Amino acid sequence: MSRVLVAVFVLAVACGVAPSRPPYLSSAGGGAHADTVLTSPPTACRVHAEDVPDDSGGQMLVTWEVPPETAEAVTGFEILRYAPGEEPTPVGEALPGERQFVDGSVEDGVPYHYVVRTLTPYAQTDSEPSELATAAAQWFARGRTSILVLTALFCAAVLYFIGKARGGAELYIRKIPGLDAVDDAVGRATEMGRPVLYVPGIETVSEVGTLAALTILGHVAKRIAQHGTPLDVPVADPIVMTTAQEIVKQAYTEAGKSDDYDPSRIAYLTYDQFGYTAGVDGMMLRQRPGAVFLLGTFYAESLIMAETGHAIGAIQIAGTKETSQLPFFVAACDYTLIGEELFAASSYLSREPVMLGSLKAQDLAKVWIVFFILLAFTAGTVGSLVSPEGRSVFTRIFEILRSWFS
Amino acid sequence: MRRTVPLVITFLTGAFLVVSFFIPHDPFGQLEQRLLVWFAIVSGFTMLLGIDSLVRSHIRKVTRRRDGWGHSVALIAGLAVTVALGIAGFVKYDSPFHIQSPFMFIYTYSIVPLQGTMFALLAFFIASASYRAFRARNSVATMLLVAAVIVMLGRVPIGAAISRFFPAAQEWIMNYPQLAAKRGIQIGAALGAMSMSLRIMLGIERSYLS
Repeated sequence: MSRVLVAVFVLAVACGVAPSRPPYLSSAGGGAHADTVLTSPPTACRVHAEDVPDDSGGQMLVTWEVPPETAEAVTGFEILRYAPGEEPTPVGEALPGERQFVDGSVEDGVPYHYVVRTLTPYAQTDSEPSELATAAAQWFARGRTSILVLTALFCAAVLYFIGKARGGAELYIRKIPGLDAVDDAVGRATEMGRPVLYVPGIETVSEVGTLAALTILGHVAKRIAQHGTPLDVPVADPIVMTTAQEIVKQAYTEAGKSDDYDPSRIAYLTYDQFGYTAGVDGMMLRQRPGAVFLLGTFYAESLIMAETGHAIGAIQIAGTKETSQLPFFVAACDYTLIGEELFAASSYLSREPVMLGSLKAQDLAKVWIVFFILLAFTAGTVGSLVSPEGRSVFTRIFEILRSWFS
Repeated sequence: MRRTVPLVITFLTGAFLVVSFFIPHDPFGQLEQRLLVWFAIVSGFTMLLGIDSLVRSHIRKVTRRRDGWGHSVALIAGLAVTVALGIAGFVKYDSPFHIQSPFMFIYTYSIVPLQGTMFALLAFFIASASYRAFRARNSVATMLLVAAVIVMLGRVPIGAAISRFFPAAQEWIMNYPQLAAKRGIQIGAALGAMSMSLRIMLGIERSYLS
C-alpha cells in the first residue's frame, strides 16, 4: 500500500501537481538533495516622490520599480508616508501592475518620505524610503504652453480680421447651402399653413453647441415672425427654455410682431433623453410642421427625430458638431450644417462685417493647421527614409512638432 | 446699461475661466469646478420653472379641450403620482432612491422599459435611413454604398468567412479615410467654437442677450 502511495506522489511531482511555491523560493545546490532556501522576496525599488506638476498643490506623485523576475509574485502595494521624525502611515494602495500613485492628501510645503510596501501571499517587504519631496501649487501649467501660444495666435487673428472688417474691408465668405435654405424652409411652412419646429438639442446652455443653436434661433425666429408663422421650440433644459423664450420674444419685438409671441410654445418637455425624443416626435406627428430645425447637440436621438421629420414631409435643416451623429443627419435631412458651419451660422445669417471677420480668422487657422500637418508628414517621411534609426534633422523636426501639438 | 452689465459679467467670467485654465494655483485652479457647482445650484432652481411651464401648458390644453387633451391628463396624473411616490419613499425609507421604495419601482418597471423601447426604435429608423442613404444615385453615393458594404461585412464574422479582405479593408477605411474626415470636422468645429466663444466674450455676438 505504501509503495502505491509513494508511486502516486512521485507521479504527481513529475506531472507538476506538487504544491506551487513563490518564485522567490529557489532550489539551492540542485540534484535530488537540493534544499529550498528563501532568497529576497519582491521589493519595490527606486521609490521616487515628486510634486505633481501643473496642479493646484496638495498632491504628490510616487513612482517605483519592481525587478521583472519577481514581479509576478506581487499581489499589491501599500504606500506609506511620513515626515521626518514621524512614523510611516499608510496613505493608499496600488494594484500589482501599477507603478505609480498620486497621494492627494499631502500638505503643501511639508517635506515627506515615501515607502512602498510590496505585498505577496507569503510576505510583505518595505522599500527604502524615497528622498524628501515637497508639494506645491504652480502659477503656470507648463504642459499647456502650446495651447496658450496657439490660442493667443488664433485670438490675435480673430481680432485682426474683426478690425479689418470694421475698417470696411470686403470679406468673402463661401456660401453655406443649409443657411441659405432657412428662408425657403420658413417660406414653405408659411405657404403650407403649418408651424415651424425648432429643436435646440438636448444639452444645457453651458454646452457650446446649444449656445450656437440659441444664437441661430434669434435669426430664425425673426424671419418666422415676419412671415407670421407659428414657432414651436420644445426644450430639454429649463435654463435653455428661459433663454429661448427671451431670444424669441426679442426677435418678435424686433420684427414688430410682439403681439404674436406666445411663450407657451417654447416649452420644457423633460430632461430625459428618450422622453424628450418621444415628446418631440409626438409634436411632429400631431402638428405636422412644414419646417424642422434640428440644431445643437444631439446623441442617439438624432436619427429618431430626423426620420420622423422626414416621414411627415417637413423640410429639415440640421446641424451639430457631434461627428457620430452627422451621418444620420446627412442621410435623413435636406440640409446639414457640419461642425464649424453650425458655429458660423449666426455670423453668416446676420451678415454683419464684424461677425464675418471672425470667420476669416477660422479659415486662416485652418491654413496654419494644414501647413503644420503637411510639414510634419513631410519631415516624418523624409526622416524615416534618410535615417531609419531616427537620427536625422527631419526626424527631430517631426518629434518637435508632435510633442508640441500632442 | 441693461445690456452693458451682462456683457461685462460675460467678459469677466470668460476671461477668468480662460486664465484659470493656465493657472492651477488657487484661487484660479478651482474656479471652473466652483462655477460648475453654482451652475448646478441654479439649474436645480430652474427645474421649478420647467415643471411650471410643463404643468401650465398641459393644464391649459385640458381646460380648453384641445386635440389630445387626454394625453395631457395622463401626463399630469403621472407627474403627480411620481412626486407622491417619491415623497412616500422619502418618508418610509429615508430616500426615494431606496431599492424597495415605490418610486424606484416606477423607475425600474416603467421608465427604464419606456426608454429602452424608444431606443429600440432606432434600429428601424437606421434601416429606413440607410436605405435612402445607400441608394447608388451618383458616383459619390455609389462610393458610399461600396464603403458601407465593406465596413458592414468586415465587422461581422460572416465577412471574414467570405474573405479576409473584408476585415482588413474595413479596418483601413475606418483608420484612414474615415478618421481623417472625422478629425477634419473636429478641428473645424473646435475652431468654430473658439471663435464663437471669443465673439460672445467680446460682446460681438449678442443674439443670446435680449
